[in-house]
Amino acid sequence: MSAPALAIEHLSVEYATAAGPLHALRDVGIEVAAGEIVGLVGESGCGKSTLIQAILRLLAPNAKITAGRMALAGVDLIGLDPEAMRKLRGDRMSVVFQDPMTALNPVLTIGRQMVDIQYRRREPRAQKRRRAIEMLKRVHIPDPESRFDQYPHEFSGGMRQRIAIAMALMAEPVLFIADEPTTALDATLEVATIELLKALQREIGCAILFVSHHLGVVAELCDRVNVMYAGEVVESGPVRPVFQRPQHPYTQRLLACDPARVHERTRHLPTIPGDLPDLVALPPGCVFADRCPKVFEPCRRAPPPAVKTAELEALRCYLGQPAS
Amino acid sequence: MSAAASTAKPAAARRAKSALRRVLSEPLGLLGSLLVLLAVLGAGFAGFLAPDPIAMAPIDRFLAPSMDHLLGTDNLGRDLFARVLYGGRIALVVSLGATAASLLLGVAAGLVAGYGPPWLDNLLLLIFDALKSFPTVMLALALVTLLGPSEWAVVLVVIVANAPSYARMARTQTMSLRHAQFVEAERSLGAGAGRIIASHILPNIVGPILIVASMDIPVVIAIEAGMSFLGLGVRPPTPSWGTILESGFEYIQDSPWAVIAGGLPIIITTLGFTFLGEALRDTFDPKLATGPR
Amino acid sequence: MLTYAAKRSGLALAVVMVVMALLFVMIYLIPGDPARVALGPRASQALIDELRSRMGLDKPVWVQIVDFYRSVLTGNLGNDVLSGESVLTIITGQMPYTLDLIFGSMFWSILVGIPLGCLSAMRRGSLVDQVTAVLSVSVIAVPAFVIAVYLLLIFAIGLQWFPAIGAGDDPLDRAYHLVLPSIALGLGWVGYIARMLRASILEVQGENHVRTARAFGLPEGKIVFDYVLRIAILPTLTVLGIGIGQLLSSAVFAEIVFARPGIGKLVYDAIVTRNYPIVTGTVLVTTLFFVLVNLVADLMIAWLDPRVRRSLHR
Repeated sequence: MSAPALAIEHLSVEYATAAGPLHALRDVGIEVAAGEIVGLVGESGCGKSTLIQAILRLLAPNAKITAGRMALAGVDLIGLDPEAMRKLRGDRMSVVFQDPMTALNPVLTIGRQMVDIQYRRREPRAQKRRRAIEMLKRVHIPDPESRFDQYPHEFSGGMRQRIAIAMALMAEPVLFIADEPTTALDATLEVATIELLKALQREIGCAILFVSHHLGVVAELCDRVNVMYAGEVVESGPVRPVFQRPQHPYTQRLLACDPARVHERTRHLPTIPGDLPDLVALPPGCVFADRCPKVFEPCRRAPPPAVKTAELEALRCYLGQPAS
Repeated sequence: MSAAASTAKPAAARRAKSALRRVLSEPLGLLGSLLVLLAVLGAGFAGFLAPDPIAMAPIDRFLAPSMDHLLGTDNLGRDLFARVLYGGRIALVVSLGATAASLLLGVAAGLVAGYGPPWLDNLLLLIFDALKSFPTVMLALALVTLLGPSEWAVVLVVIVANAPSYARMARTQTMSLRHAQFVEAERSLGAGAGRIIASHILPNIVGPILIVASMDIPVVIAIEAGMSFLGLGVRPPTPSWGTILESGFEYIQDSPWAVIAGGLPIIITTLGFTFLGEALRDTFDPKLATGPR
Repeated sequence: MLTYAAKRSGLALAVVMVVMALLFVMIYLIPGDPARVALGPRASQALIDELRSRMGLDKPVWVQIVDFYRSVLTGNLGNDVLSGESVLTIITGQMPYTLDLIFGSMFWSILVGIPLGCLSAMRRGSLVDQVTAVLSVSVIAVPAFVIAVYLLLIFAIGLQWFPAIGAGDDPLDRAYHLVLPSIALGLGWVGYIARMLRASILEVQGENHVRTARAFGLPEGKIVFDYVLRIAILPTLTVLGIGIGQLLSSAVFAEIVFARPGIGKLVYDAIVTRNYPIVTGTVLVTTLFFVLVNLVADLMIAWLDPRVRRSLHR
């Protein structure tokens, strides 16, 4: 049984701010087995970006990992020195970000950028060029030999995203992090991009951490899913039970509010009333208590621990637990 | 309606006060404000603070600073402190007047270019670009050849040097506002071009241009001093910091004091207005940072 | 690239035509009779008329305009009123000294300004950064001629480390004479470039494509010099381009303060002696130089940054 592609346990990250430490991530646990596709869903502000930056160890200067363990295919990431960490990036783990229009350097040809990221390989330039063109073919960029010497602004948004995916998968990483890769694309492009991802993943066999707030796409693409809220993983498990029989009230509301589920014409899209809690001055109890429709007495006393249930790997909610 | 109007004024005053506080809390903003205040007060109270700047006393030429002559005397025995303070009047009046004139002409031209027909716009743009192509010093030399040296030559040079930038800014803003929804609404209500420009477009574009203009003040002061230094601006015996520096330079082998006295106020005011301008810009609109002169 | 170059050059040409038109308007508006002024109050009318017809002043306006354009385009900028020499020859004779000054000043701004800008950006918030920031703003604010006079006072006359007069003979002597004047003119640009570059670098570093480059593990050095600087240096190049053109005219201050020969001194003396052909010739040449340098700078930028080639209106 090989080591999981990504194993995060009890990860906590803080930002130092003028108002005090901001607890962006608290006791986060995520596991992605080798070759598995795991989803990460949550609204803006839930800590998705911070988590990705933490995995890459590219956190802002005022951010600090205060607790926890992170391992990539068994290699501890937190204790690694910056040079060793840099060697992992783009080689054993790679990323595609949300906005394809700004992800590539505008004054260098895409070919130049694709050759640059292969700097680790001691190969003649011609061979790196060939590999890059081959990869462009695999992501269905038409006429790659001549487009190799073009600039990013000469490609459409959808094509740029495919180029970014090509760059990320060229090194055949152990873990591929997709940070909302289709959010900036229209629906048809999204479908095509997801199909592409599925095909490539089958060929290459990498594990994918797929971050998105498009619940439908996550349901289709992922084997398992983690639901995050305000810096915590509140529910985690295989895709079917989580999406069909959600146990955490937040997940339930999230699914209910998904615009894809709205089938009648209405003036008001369903929302979750209230705001995100203050992450500097955290409430004493469950972080969702103020907005939870099913809040009851124990919720406000202490944050619920992550508990394993019959169907789920982790659930942070007093409701799902036997009364103590 | 009246309740809203009566709260509008105090709100604006409060915003101004908090902006002032922000500017003064920055060390450079504070320093800049103090320097500018020093210059303005010096120029304003010149009559009380100093003796006659034109009185010559050839016996007392090239004196070092003393209680009688706080900055010493120049080659004609004139009190340098007095000349510096009175020179401040010229500097401030000419600079502020010239800036105001550039603003008026520039914004007006920009409004016309932005709101008028395309052919007019292209023609004006070409004129703006051509005017900006004249290096300032050469322009000053050429205009003075034409008009002879005077404060008006300085004002004209400042206008030609600065107005095109304001015009371009006004034009760009006008063009983007021209098709804004609220303008279309006004047009559909039958408002004429003049009214639209005056009451709707102008108030919206004026802010950033004013900030840029205030940051140009030290440049205008430098233009006045520079032109006077070259003998192209204010004529003697009227004291201008440039002429003080120039006559000091002529006699630099005899005495350093006129040079020191002439240069010092220029340094103080240009630094002061620059620091203050930067602090103002940072307070009101940091996006304006960096822009070639 | 070629279409952009053609369009941009066309624009420059249009600007030059308008500049020449404006110049002609200025010449035409010179009050008084240039011939009378040149010959003095005691000259006879016959002599004045002869000079007038020699200067072409008796022809109708539109003929004068055409003549003006025609002579400028064939390189004839008229003749010196006093010596009869071709104005163009005189100007080109004095240009090298001024060009020395311009490139000397630019030398400082590149040698000191660019590293300072990079350093400030990489050590953001440090003491180096803060001190550089205040000094940069200060040298930009204070006019160059004031700096020139103070440098003269302190280092040439006071301490006598550098010469106070002239341009020097052999290359080493010329460099020696260049030190103070080029610092006086260049100091402001050092500050300006350091500031601009710092701001550019910081701005580019925050952009998403730099995040991508980091996420692919590219070495930091390569990121800064190949990816960030390549973009960040572009506004600085524009500024340098404008600077060269502007230095040509502000060189007059350094030439007067340090008693150097050059274009500035030439035109300054010409005004005093009412030598109009020299004045207009020099203004024309310097303005054309300015337009040309801006054109070259713009084309270089378009070559380096492919995105610029799309738009022409800044």
